[in-house]
Amino acid sequence: MAYSDKVLDHYNNPRNVGSFDKKDPNVGTGMVGAPECGDVMKLQVKVNPATGIIEDAKFKTFGCGSAIASSSLATEWLRGKTVDEALAIKNTDIVNELSLPPVKIHCSVLAEDAIKAAIDDYKKKSENVGVESKAHA
Amino acid sequence: MKLPIYMDNHATTPVDPRVFKAMIPYFTDTFGNAASRNHSFGWVAEDAVEKARKQVAELIGATAKEIVFTSGATESDNLALKGVAEMYAEKGNHIITAATEHKAILDTCKRLEKEGYKVTYLPVETNGLVDLDKLRAAMTDKTILVSIMYANNEIGVLQPVAEISKIAKERGALFHTDATQAIGKVPVDVIKDGIDLASISAHKMYGPKGVGALYVRRRNPRVQLTAQMDGGGHERGMRSGTLNVPGIVGLGEACAIAKAEMSEEIKRMSYLRDKLKARLMSSLDEVYINGTMEHRLPNNLNISFAYVEGESLLMGINEIAVSSGSACTSATLEPSYVLKALGAGDDLAHSSIRFGLGRFNTEEEVDYVAAKVIDVVQKLRELSPLYEMHKEGIDLTKVQWTAH
Repeated sequence: MAYSDKVLDHYNNPRNVGSFDKKDPNVGTGMVGAPECGDVMKLQVKVNPATGIIEDAKFKTFGCGSAIASSSLATEWLRGKTVDEALAIKNTDIVNELSLPPVKIHCSVLAEDAIKAAIDDYKKKSENVGVESKAHA
Repeated sequence: MKLPIYMDNHATTPVDPRVFKAMIPYFTDTFGNAASRNHSFGWVAEDAVEKARKQVAELIGATAKEIVFTSGATESDNLALKGVAEMYAEKGNHIITAATEHKAILDTCKRLEKEGYKVTYLPVETNGLVDLDKLRAAMTDKTILVSIMYANNEIGVLQPVAEISKIAKERGALFHTDATQAIGKVPVDVIKDGIDLASISAHKMYGPKGVGALYVRRRNPRVQLTAQMDGGGHERGMRSGTLNVPGIVGLGEACAIAKAEMSEEIKRMSYLRDKLKARLMSSLDEVYINGTMEHRLPNNLNISFAYVEGESLLMGINEIAVSSGSACTSATLEPSYVLKALGAGDDLAHSSIRFGLGRFNTEEEVDYVAAKVIDVVQKLRELSPLYEMHKEGIDLTKVQWTAH
Protein backbone atom coordinates (compact mmCIF):
# COMPACT_ATOMS: atom_id res chain seq x y z
CA MET A 1 0.00 0.00 0.00
CA ALA A 2 1.27 3.46 -0.79
CA TYR A 3 1.16 6.03 2.01
CA SER A 4 0.48 9.71 1.45
CA ASP A 5 3.36 12.12 2.03
CA LYS A 6 1.59 13.55 5.07
CA VAL A 7 1.16 10.11 6.67
CA LEU A 8 4.85 9.40 6.04
CA ASP A 9 5.82 12.77 7.50
CA HIS A 10 3.86 12.17 10.72
CA TYR A 11 5.17 8.60 10.93
CA ASN A 12 8.79 9.69 10.47
CA ASN A 13 8.49 12.83 12.64
CA PRO A 14 5.64 12.24 15.05
CA ARG A 15 4.57 15.46 16.83
CA ASN A 16 3.98 15.72 20.57
CA VAL A 17 4.86 12.19 21.60
CA GLY A 18 4.76 11.59 25.31
CA SER A 19 2.65 11.52 28.44
CA PHE A 20 1.35 13.91 31.07
CA ASP A 21 0.65 12.95 34.66
CA LYS A 22 -2.83 11.42 34.52
CA LYS A 23 -3.58 12.64 38.04
CA ASP A 24 -3.04 16.30 37.17
CA PRO A 25 -6.54 17.86 37.46
CA ASN A 26 -5.88 19.95 34.35
CA VAL A 27 -5.05 16.87 32.25
CA GLY A 28 -7.66 14.85 30.38
CA THR A 29 -6.69 11.36 29.20
CA GLY A 30 -8.41 9.37 26.49
CA MET A 31 -7.42 5.79 25.74
CA VAL A 32 -9.29 4.03 22.95
CA GLY A 33 -8.95 0.84 20.94
CA ALA A 34 -7.73 -2.60 22.00
CA PRO A 35 -4.49 -4.53 21.48
CA GLU A 36 -6.30 -7.46 19.86
CA CYS A 37 -7.76 -5.08 17.28
CA GLY A 38 -4.31 -3.80 16.43
CA ASP A 39 -4.78 -0.19 17.51
CA VAL A 40 -4.60 1.56 20.87
CA MET A 41 -4.42 5.36 21.07
CA LYS A 42 -3.68 7.35 24.18
CA LEU A 43 -4.32 11.05 23.76
CA GLN A 44 -3.91 13.63 26.52
CA VAL A 45 -4.84 17.30 26.70
CA LYS A 46 -3.60 19.86 29.23
CA VAL A 47 -6.19 22.59 29.71
CA ASN A 48 -5.75 26.02 31.24
CA PRO A 49 -8.67 26.05 33.70
CA ALA A 50 -8.91 29.85 33.60
CA THR A 51 -9.29 30.16 29.82
CA GLY A 52 -10.56 26.68 28.87
CA ILE A 53 -7.87 26.56 26.18
CA ILE A 54 -5.89 23.40 25.45
CA GLU A 55 -2.34 24.53 26.03
CA ASP A 56 -0.66 21.26 25.22
CA ALA A 57 -1.51 17.79 23.88
CA LYS A 58 0.43 14.55 23.78
CA PHE A 59 -0.11 11.10 22.36
CA LYS A 60 1.18 7.57 22.26
CA THR A 61 -0.17 5.10 19.71
CA PHE A 62 0.12 1.38 19.08
CA GLY A 63 -1.10 0.90 15.56
CA CYS A 64 -0.35 1.19 11.88
CA GLY A 65 1.28 4.22 10.28
CA SER A 66 -2.09 5.81 9.55
CA ALA A 67 -3.14 5.43 13.19
CA ILE A 68 0.11 7.05 14.33
CA ALA A 69 -0.35 9.88 11.81
CA SER A 70 -4.01 10.44 12.79
CA SER A 71 -3.17 10.83 16.46
CA SER A 72 -0.06 12.92 15.79
CA LEU A 73 -2.15 15.27 13.62
CA ALA A 74 -4.86 15.40 16.30
CA THR A 75 -2.37 16.68 18.89
CA GLU A 76 -1.27 19.44 16.49
CA TRP A 77 -4.85 20.52 15.92
CA LEU A 78 -5.79 20.39 19.60
CA ARG A 79 -3.14 22.84 20.79
CA GLY A 80 -4.58 26.32 21.12
CA LYS A 81 -8.21 25.23 20.71
CA THR A 82 -10.88 25.61 23.36
CA VAL A 83 -12.42 22.45 24.72
CA ASP A 84 -15.57 23.06 22.69
CA GLU A 85 -13.65 23.74 19.50
CA ALA A 86 -11.78 20.48 20.05
CA LEU A 87 -15.02 18.56 20.22
CA ALA A 88 -15.90 19.89 16.76
CA ILE A 89 -12.97 18.04 15.12
CA LYS A 90 -14.43 15.32 12.89
CA ASN A 91 -12.79 12.16 11.65
CA THR A 92 -13.50 13.24 8.08
CA ASP A 93 -11.26 16.28 8.63
CA ILE A 94 -8.43 13.89 9.47
CA VAL A 95 -9.23 11.65 6.48
CA ASN A 96 -9.04 14.66 4.15
CA GLU A 97 -5.89 16.14 5.65
CA LEU A 98 -3.97 12.84 5.54
CA SER A 99 -5.59 11.49 2.33
CA LEU A 100 -6.43 8.22 4.11
CA PRO A 101 -7.71 5.39 1.90
CA PRO A 102 -11.06 3.74 2.80
CA VAL A 103 -9.41 0.83 4.68
CA LYS A 104 -7.76 3.35 7.03
CA ILE A 105 -10.85 5.41 7.88
CA HIS A 106 -11.15 3.52 11.18
CA CYS A 107 -7.83 5.13 12.23
CA SER A 108 -9.41 8.58 11.93
CA VAL A 109 -12.52 7.42 13.79
CA LEU A 110 -10.29 6.20 16.58
CA ALA A 111 -8.52 9.57 16.73
CA GLU A 112 -11.86 11.39 16.98
CA ASP A 113 -12.92 8.98 19.74
CA ALA A 114 -9.63 9.61 21.55
CA ILE A 115 -10.17 13.40 21.42
CA LYS A 116 -13.70 13.02 22.80
CA ALA A 117 -12.54 10.62 25.52
CA ALA A 118 -9.73 12.96 26.61
CA ILE A 119 -12.02 16.01 26.80
CA ASP A 120 -14.67 13.96 28.56
CA ASP A 121 -12.10 12.88 31.14
CA TYR A 122 -11.00 16.48 31.67
CA LYS A 123 -14.59 17.68 32.08
CA LYS A 124 -15.40 14.96 34.60
CA LYS A 125 -12.31 15.82 36.60
CA SER A 126 -13.07 19.56 36.66
CA GLU A 127 -16.69 18.90 37.67
CA ASN A 128 -15.47 16.68 40.51
CA VAL A 129 -13.04 19.37 41.60
CA GLY A 130 -15.99 21.78 41.67
CA VAL A 131 -18.12 19.37 43.70
CA GLU A 132 -15.32 18.74 46.14
CA SER A 133 -14.57 22.39 46.65
CA LYS A 134 -18.28 23.06 47.30
CA ALA A 135 -18.35 20.20 49.80
CA HIS A 136 -15.45 21.72 51.62
CA ALA A 137 -17.01 25.16 51.68
CA MET B 1 25.13 -4.46 -0.37
CA LYS B 2 22.11 -3.30 -2.39
CA LEU B 3 18.79 -2.00 -1.10
CA PRO B 4 16.01 -3.04 -0.93
CA ILE B 5 16.78 -6.39 0.69
CA TYR B 6 14.50 -9.31 -0.12
CA MET B 7 13.81 -11.51 2.90
CA ASP B 8 10.35 -12.83 2.02
CA ASN B 9 11.36 -16.14 0.44
CA HIS B 10 8.25 -17.97 1.70
CA ALA B 11 6.18 -15.77 -0.61
CA THR B 12 8.33 -16.43 -3.63
CA THR B 13 11.97 -16.79 -4.61
CA PRO B 14 13.92 -15.35 -7.50
CA VAL B 15 14.69 -17.76 -10.33
CA ASP B 16 18.20 -19.10 -9.94
CA PRO B 17 20.27 -17.90 -12.97
CA ARG B 18 21.20 -21.54 -13.65
CA VAL B 19 17.52 -22.44 -13.81
CA PHE B 20 16.78 -19.52 -16.09
CA LYS B 21 19.61 -20.54 -18.41
CA ALA B 22 18.26 -24.08 -18.68
CA MET B 23 14.80 -22.75 -19.59
CA ILE B 24 15.78 -20.27 -22.31
CA PRO B 25 16.03 -22.60 -25.35
CA TYR B 26 12.54 -23.97 -24.71
CA PHE B 27 10.91 -20.62 -25.41
CA THR B 28 12.38 -20.10 -28.86
CA ASP B 29 14.60 -22.72 -30.51
CA THR B 30 13.07 -25.88 -29.11
CA PHE B 31 9.52 -24.70 -28.66
CA GLY B 32 7.72 -27.92 -29.57
CA ASN B 33 4.58 -29.33 -28.01
CA ALA B 34 5.57 -32.29 -25.86
CA ALA B 35 2.44 -34.08 -27.09
CA SER B 36 3.48 -33.87 -30.76
CA ARG B 37 4.49 -37.45 -31.41
CA ASN B 38 5.24 -37.22 -35.11
CA HIS B 39 8.17 -34.80 -35.45
CA SER B 40 11.44 -33.87 -33.83
CA PHE B 41 10.14 -30.62 -32.31
CA GLY B 42 7.74 -32.66 -30.21
CA TRP B 43 10.32 -35.30 -29.35
CA VAL B 44 12.83 -32.73 -28.11
CA ALA B 45 10.19 -31.14 -25.90
CA GLU B 46 9.06 -34.53 -24.63
CA ASP B 47 12.64 -35.52 -23.78
CA ALA B 48 13.08 -32.29 -21.82
CA VAL B 49 9.86 -32.89 -19.91
CA GLU B 50 10.83 -36.48 -19.09
CA LYS B 51 14.26 -35.38 -17.89
CA ALA B 52 12.58 -32.82 -15.61
CA ARG B 53 10.12 -35.43 -14.37
CA LYS B 54 13.07 -37.58 -13.32
CA GLN B 55 14.79 -34.63 -11.61
CA VAL B 56 11.66 -33.84 -9.58
CA ALA B 57 11.18 -37.51 -8.67
CA GLU B 58 14.81 -37.91 -7.57
CA LEU B 59 14.57 -35.00 -5.14
CA ILE B 60 11.78 -36.71 -3.19
CA GLY B 61 12.64 -40.40 -3.60
CA ALA B 62 9.84 -41.06 -6.08
CA THR B 63 9.79 -42.56 -9.58
CA ALA B 64 9.29 -40.39 -12.65
CA LYS B 65 5.89 -41.88 -13.46
CA GLU B 66 4.57 -40.67 -10.11
CA ILE B 67 5.02 -36.97 -11.01
CA VAL B 68 2.09 -35.06 -12.53
CA PHE B 69 2.93 -31.55 -13.72
CA THR B 70 0.50 -28.75 -12.82
CA SER B 71 0.38 -24.96 -12.81
CA GLY B 72 1.52 -24.76 -9.19
CA ALA B 73 0.87 -25.97 -5.68
CA THR B 74 -2.63 -24.48 -5.46
CA GLU B 75 -3.69 -26.58 -8.44
CA SER B 76 -1.88 -29.60 -6.98
CA ASP B 77 -3.74 -29.19 -3.68
CA ASN B 78 -7.05 -28.88 -5.50
CA LEU B 79 -6.33 -31.92 -7.66
CA ALA B 80 -5.23 -34.03 -4.69
CA LEU B 81 -8.20 -33.20 -2.46
CA LYS B 82 -10.98 -33.04 -5.01
CA GLY B 83 -9.51 -35.87 -7.07
CA VAL B 84 -9.29 -38.24 -4.09
CA ALA B 85 -12.66 -37.16 -2.68
CA GLU B 86 -14.39 -37.89 -5.97
CA MET B 87 -12.54 -41.14 -6.70
CA TYR B 88 -13.02 -42.62 -3.23
CA ALA B 89 -16.52 -41.28 -2.54
CA GLU B 90 -17.94 -44.78 -2.26
CA LYS B 91 -15.40 -45.69 0.40
CA GLY B 92 -16.06 -42.71 2.63
CA ASN B 93 -16.76 -39.00 2.84
CA HIS B 94 -14.47 -37.79 5.63
CA ILE B 95 -11.29 -35.73 5.27
CA ILE B 96 -8.98 -34.57 8.07
CA THR B 97 -6.80 -31.49 7.79
CA ALA B 98 -5.42 -28.83 10.16
CA ALA B 99 -6.42 -25.27 11.07
CA THR B 100 -3.05 -23.87 10.02
CA GLU B 101 -3.07 -25.17 6.45
CA HIS B 102 -2.68 -22.87 3.47
CA LYS B 103 -5.89 -21.42 2.00
CA ALA B 104 -5.45 -23.67 -1.04
CA ILE B 105 -6.26 -26.58 1.28
CA LEU B 106 -8.76 -24.87 3.59
CA ASP B 107 -10.85 -23.32 0.83
CA THR B 108 -10.81 -26.56 -1.16
CA CYS B 109 -12.06 -28.36 1.95
CA LYS B 110 -14.82 -25.78 2.37
CA ARG B 111 -15.89 -26.43 -1.22
CA LEU B 112 -15.96 -30.17 -0.52
CA GLU B 113 -18.05 -29.58 2.61
CA LYS B 114 -20.63 -27.78 0.47
CA GLU B 115 -20.73 -30.85 -1.74
CA GLY B 116 -21.54 -33.05 1.25
CA TYR B 117 -18.14 -34.21 2.48
CA LYS B 118 -17.28 -34.02 6.19
CA VAL B 119 -14.06 -32.24 7.09
CA THR B 120 -12.29 -32.19 10.47
CA TYR B 121 -9.97 -29.22 11.02
CA LEU B 122 -7.52 -30.33 13.69
CA PRO B 123 -6.35 -27.62 16.07
CA VAL B 124 -2.59 -27.24 16.63
CA GLU B 125 -0.70 -27.01 19.89
CA THR B 126 1.00 -23.76 20.97
CA ASN B 127 4.17 -24.97 19.20
CA GLY B 128 2.25 -25.13 15.91
CA LEU B 129 2.26 -28.91 15.62
CA VAL B 130 -0.65 -31.30 15.28
CA ASP B 131 -1.31 -33.49 18.33
CA LEU B 132 -1.12 -37.10 17.10
CA ASP B 133 -3.62 -38.29 19.71
CA LYS B 134 -6.14 -35.77 18.44
CA LEU B 135 -5.54 -37.05 14.92
CA ARG B 136 -6.07 -40.66 16.08
CA ALA B 137 -9.28 -39.65 17.82
CA ALA B 138 -10.57 -37.88 14.71
CA MET B 139 -10.06 -40.88 12.39
CA THR B 140 -13.21 -42.81 11.47
CA ASP B 141 -14.03 -45.69 9.13
CA LYS B 142 -15.27 -43.07 6.69
CA THR B 143 -11.95 -41.18 6.62
CA ILE B 144 -10.54 -41.37 3.09
CA LEU B 145 -7.83 -38.70 3.27
CA VAL B 146 -5.60 -36.96 5.80
CA SER B 147 -4.00 -33.77 4.43
CA ILE B 148 -1.40 -32.10 6.64
CA MET B 149 1.23 -29.71 5.35
CA TYR B 150 4.91 -30.61 5.58
CA ALA B 151 6.14 -27.12 6.55
CA ASN B 152 4.01 -24.14 7.44
CA ASN B 153 4.29 -21.10 5.20
CA GLU B 154 4.09 -18.57 8.04
CA ILE B 155 5.87 -20.11 11.00
CA GLY B 156 7.95 -22.73 9.17
CA VAL B 157 7.17 -25.55 11.62
CA LEU B 158 7.65 -29.08 10.29
CA GLN B 159 4.77 -31.43 11.06
CA PRO B 160 5.57 -35.01 12.09
CA VAL B 161 4.52 -36.32 8.67
CA ALA B 162 5.96 -39.83 9.07
CA GLU B 163 3.88 -40.38 12.23
CA ILE B 164 0.84 -38.76 10.66
CA SER B 165 0.99 -40.99 7.58
CA LYS B 166 1.32 -44.06 9.79
CA ILE B 167 -1.86 -43.15 11.65
CA ALA B 168 -3.69 -42.49 8.38
CA LYS B 169 -2.61 -45.85 6.96
CA GLU B 170 -3.62 -47.82 10.05
CA ARG B 171 -7.17 -46.77 9.27
CA GLY B 172 -6.91 -47.24 5.51
CA ALA B 173 -6.86 -43.54 4.63
CA LEU B 174 -4.54 -41.86 2.13
CA PHE B 175 -2.06 -39.21 3.22
CA HIS B 176 -1.54 -35.98 1.25
CA THR B 177 0.93 -33.28 2.22
CA ASP B 178 1.22 -29.75 0.90
CA ALA B 179 5.02 -29.78 0.75
CA THR B 180 5.35 -26.43 -1.04
CA GLN B 181 7.60 -24.85 1.58
CA ALA B 182 9.55 -28.00 2.44
CA ILE B 183 10.62 -29.55 -0.85
CA GLY B 184 14.01 -28.25 -1.87
CA LYS B 185 14.61 -26.83 1.63
CA VAL B 186 14.70 -29.94 3.81
CA PRO B 187 14.97 -33.63 2.89
CA VAL B 188 11.58 -35.00 1.86
CA ASP B 189 11.35 -38.72 1.09
CA VAL B 190 8.00 -40.07 -0.01
CA ILE B 191 8.96 -43.60 1.04
CA LYS B 192 10.37 -42.83 4.50
CA ASP B 193 7.66 -40.27 5.17
CA GLY B 194 4.87 -42.56 3.91
CA ILE B 195 3.46 -39.89 1.60
CA ASP B 196 0.77 -40.86 -0.91
CA LEU B 197 0.33 -37.43 -2.51
CA ALA B 198 2.53 -34.33 -2.27
CA SER B 199 2.08 -30.83 -3.70
CA ILE B 200 5.16 -29.15 -5.14
CA SER B 201 5.75 -25.59 -6.34
CA ALA B 202 8.66 -24.35 -8.47
CA HIS B 203 8.70 -20.69 -7.48
CA LYS B 204 9.33 -21.40 -3.79
CA MET B 205 12.57 -23.18 -4.68
CA TYR B 206 14.23 -20.79 -7.16
CA GLY B 207 12.22 -22.02 -10.13
CA PRO B 208 9.69 -20.07 -12.21
CA LYS B 209 6.15 -19.11 -11.21
CA GLY B 210 3.21 -20.90 -12.82
CA VAL B 211 4.51 -24.45 -12.61
CA GLY B 212 4.34 -27.16 -9.99
CA ALA B 213 3.68 -30.84 -9.60
CA LEU B 214 1.69 -33.39 -7.70
CA TYR B 215 3.36 -36.57 -6.56
CA VAL B 216 0.86 -39.44 -6.89
CA ARG B 217 1.99 -42.79 -5.45
CA ARG B 218 1.80 -45.75 -7.86
CA ARG B 219 2.57 -48.68 -5.54
CA ASN B 220 1.53 -49.63 -2.00
CA PRO B 221 -1.06 -48.29 -2.51
CA ARG B 222 -1.74 -47.24 -6.09
CA VAL B 223 -3.47 -43.89 -5.67
CA GLN B 224 -6.18 -43.02 -8.14
CA LEU B 225 -7.54 -39.57 -8.88
CA THR B 226 -10.50 -38.18 -10.73
CA ALA B 227 -9.12 -35.55 -13.09
CA GLN B 228 -10.27 -31.99 -12.40
CA MET B 229 -9.20 -30.66 -15.80
CA ASP B 230 -10.64 -32.43 -18.81
CA GLY B 231 -9.16 -32.36 -22.28
CA GLY B 232 -6.44 -34.07 -24.24
CA GLY B 233 -5.57 -36.62 -21.58
CA HIS B 234 -2.08 -35.32 -20.79
CA GLU B 235 -0.22 -36.49 -17.68
CA ARG B 236 -1.72 -39.98 -17.79
CA GLY B 237 -5.18 -38.50 -17.90
CA MET B 238 -4.81 -36.81 -14.51
CA ARG B 239 -4.23 -33.29 -15.80
CA SER B 240 -5.07 -32.26 -19.33
CA GLY B 241 -3.55 -29.19 -20.91
CA THR B 242 -0.49 -28.57 -23.09
CA LEU B 243 2.58 -28.92 -20.95
CA ASN B 244 4.43 -25.74 -19.92
CA VAL B 245 7.72 -27.05 -21.27
CA PRO B 246 10.05 -24.16 -20.28
CA GLY B 247 8.45 -23.99 -16.83
CA ILE B 248 8.74 -27.74 -16.34
CA VAL B 249 12.40 -27.65 -17.43
CA GLY B 250 12.91 -24.88 -14.85
CA LEU B 251 11.22 -26.90 -12.10
CA GLY B 252 13.40 -29.91 -12.96
CA GLU B 253 16.59 -27.87 -12.90
CA ALA B 254 15.57 -26.20 -9.61
CA CYS B 255 15.05 -29.67 -8.09
CA ALA B 256 18.43 -30.91 -9.35
CA ILE B 257 20.22 -27.89 -7.86
CA ALA B 258 18.31 -28.23 -4.58
CA LYS B 259 19.28 -31.89 -4.32
CA ALA B 260 22.95 -31.20 -5.01
CA GLU B 261 23.25 -28.23 -2.64
CA MET B 262 20.72 -28.95 0.08
CA SER B 263 23.03 -30.11 2.86
CA GLU B 264 25.26 -27.02 2.45
CA GLU B 265 22.30 -24.70 2.12
CA ILE B 266 20.64 -26.02 5.27
CA LYS B 267 23.81 -25.23 7.21
CA ARG B 268 24.09 -21.74 5.74
CA MET B 269 20.41 -20.89 6.25
CA SER B 270 20.45 -22.14 9.85
CA TYR B 271 23.55 -20.08 10.59
CA LEU B 272 22.07 -16.86 9.15
CA ARG B 273 18.65 -17.43 10.71
CA ASP B 274 20.11 -18.20 14.13
CA LYS B 275 22.32 -15.14 13.93
CA LEU B 276 19.33 -12.93 13.10
CA LYS B 277 17.36 -14.44 15.97
CA ALA B 278 20.23 -14.04 18.44
CA ARG B 279 20.80 -10.41 17.49
CA LEU B 280 17.12 -9.49 17.82
CA MET B 281 16.62 -11.34 21.08
CA SER B 282 19.75 -10.03 22.78
CA SER B 283 18.98 -6.37 21.95
CA LEU B 284 15.22 -6.29 22.55
CA ASP B 285 13.01 -7.38 25.43
CA GLU B 286 9.48 -8.79 25.05
CA VAL B 287 10.21 -10.65 21.84
CA TYR B 288 8.43 -13.95 21.20
CA ILE B 289 9.15 -16.69 18.65
CA ASN B 290 6.00 -18.08 17.04
CA GLY B 291 6.07 -21.86 16.68
CA THR B 292 8.65 -24.39 17.78
CA MET B 293 12.31 -23.77 16.92
CA GLU B 294 13.01 -27.48 17.29
CA HIS B 295 11.11 -28.67 14.20
CA ARG B 296 11.39 -25.84 11.73
CA LEU B 297 12.57 -24.86 8.28
CA PRO B 298 16.18 -23.59 8.51
CA ASN B 299 15.29 -20.36 6.68
CA ASN B 300 12.25 -19.30 8.71
CA LEU B 301 11.96 -16.93 11.64
CA ASN B 302 8.54 -15.73 12.77
CA ILE B 303 8.78 -13.39 15.67
CA SER B 304 6.45 -11.05 17.56
CA PHE B 305 7.74 -7.74 18.90
CA ALA B 306 5.23 -7.15 21.67
CA TYR B 307 3.63 -3.69 21.94
CA VAL B 308 4.60 -2.80 18.36
CA GLU B 309 2.07 -3.11 15.53
CA GLY B 310 3.35 -5.05 12.54
CA GLU B 311 2.41 -2.71 9.72
CA SER B 312 3.99 0.28 11.42
CA LEU B 313 7.15 -1.79 11.81
CA LEU B 314 7.11 -2.70 8.12
CA MET B 315 6.74 1.00 7.33
CA GLY B 316 9.88 1.77 9.30
CA ILE B 317 11.90 -0.95 7.61
CA ASN B 318 10.60 -0.20 4.14
CA GLU B 319 13.90 -1.11 2.49
CA ILE B 320 13.47 -4.67 3.74
CA ALA B 321 10.89 -6.96 2.19
CA VAL B 322 9.32 -9.17 4.88
CA SER B 323 5.74 -10.06 5.86
CA SER B 324 3.57 -9.43 8.90
CA GLY B 325 0.65 -11.32 10.42
CA SER B 326 -0.89 -7.99 11.31
CA ALA B 327 -4.45 -7.42 10.12
CA CYS B 328 -3.45 -4.11 8.60
CA THR B 329 -1.25 -5.86 6.06
CA SER B 330 -3.93 -8.28 4.90
CA ALA B 331 -6.89 -7.65 2.65
CA THR B 332 -9.27 -9.17 5.18
CA LEU B 333 -8.47 -6.91 8.17
CA GLU B 334 -8.10 -10.09 10.24
CA PRO B 335 -4.77 -10.97 11.84
CA SER B 336 -3.05 -14.18 10.75
CA TYR B 337 -5.28 -17.22 11.34
CA VAL B 338 -2.15 -19.34 11.69
CA LEU B 339 -0.87 -17.30 14.63
CA LYS B 340 -4.37 -17.19 16.13
CA ALA B 341 -4.46 -20.99 15.94
CA LEU B 342 -1.36 -21.13 18.17
CA GLY B 343 -3.43 -19.41 20.84
CA ALA B 344 -0.86 -16.68 21.38
CA GLY B 345 -3.52 -13.97 21.30
CA ASP B 346 -4.45 -11.53 18.58
CA ASP B 347 -2.17 -8.85 20.01
CA LEU B 348 0.92 -10.95 19.29
CA ALA B 349 -0.38 -11.78 15.82
CA HIS B 350 -0.62 -8.04 15.11
CA SER B 351 3.01 -7.67 16.23
CA SER B 352 4.48 -10.49 14.17
CA ILE B 353 7.06 -10.39 11.40
CA ARG B 354 7.97 -13.30 9.16
CA PHE B 355 11.56 -13.42 7.95
CA GLY B 356 12.09 -15.85 5.08
CA LEU B 357 15.77 -16.21 4.27
CA GLY B 358 16.88 -17.46 0.90
CA ARG B 359 19.74 -18.70 -1.21
CA PHE B 360 20.78 -15.19 -2.22
CA ASN B 361 20.78 -13.51 1.19
CA THR B 362 24.19 -12.59 2.59
CA GLU B 363 25.49 -12.27 6.13
CA GLU B 364 25.94 -8.53 5.54
CA GLU B 365 22.22 -8.28 4.75
CA VAL B 366 21.32 -10.19 7.90
CA ASP B 367 23.43 -7.80 9.99
CA TYR B 368 21.80 -4.79 8.33
CA VAL B 369 18.29 -6.19 8.82
CA ALA B 370 18.91 -6.99 12.49
CA ALA B 371 20.24 -3.49 13.22
CA LYS B 372 17.42 -1.79 11.34
CA VAL B 373 14.66 -3.83 12.98
CA ILE B 374 16.10 -3.22 16.45
CA ASP B 375 16.25 0.52 15.79
CA VAL B 376 12.68 0.78 14.49
CA VAL B 377 11.21 -1.44 17.24
CA GLN B 378 12.85 0.78 19.86
CA LYS B 379 11.48 3.93 18.21
CA LEU B 380 7.97 2.50 17.97
CA ARG B 381 8.03 1.37 21.57
CA GLU B 382 8.76 4.97 22.57
CA LEU B 383 5.49 5.71 20.79
CA SER B 384 3.58 2.76 22.23
CA PRO B 385 1.12 3.32 25.09
CA LEU B 386 1.15 -0.45 25.64
CA TYR B 387 4.90 -0.59 26.17
CA GLU B 388 4.59 2.31 28.60
CA MET B 389 1.89 0.47 30.55
CA HIS B 390 3.93 -2.71 30.50
CA LYS B 391 6.90 -0.79 31.95
CA GLU B 392 4.61 0.62 34.65
CA GLY B 393 3.77 -2.96 35.61
CA ILE B 394 0.20 -2.92 34.36
CA ASP B 395 -1.19 -6.31 33.31
CA LEU B 396 -2.60 -5.56 29.86
CA THR B 397 -4.82 -8.63 29.92
CA LYS B 398 -6.75 -7.12 32.87
CA VAL B 399 -7.36 -3.73 31.27
CA GLN B 400 -10.92 -2.91 30.16
CA TRP B 401 -10.37 -1.95 26.51
CA THR B 402 -12.85 -0.04 24.43
CA ALA B 403 -13.12 -2.37 21.47
CA HIS B 404 -14.23 -0.74 18.26
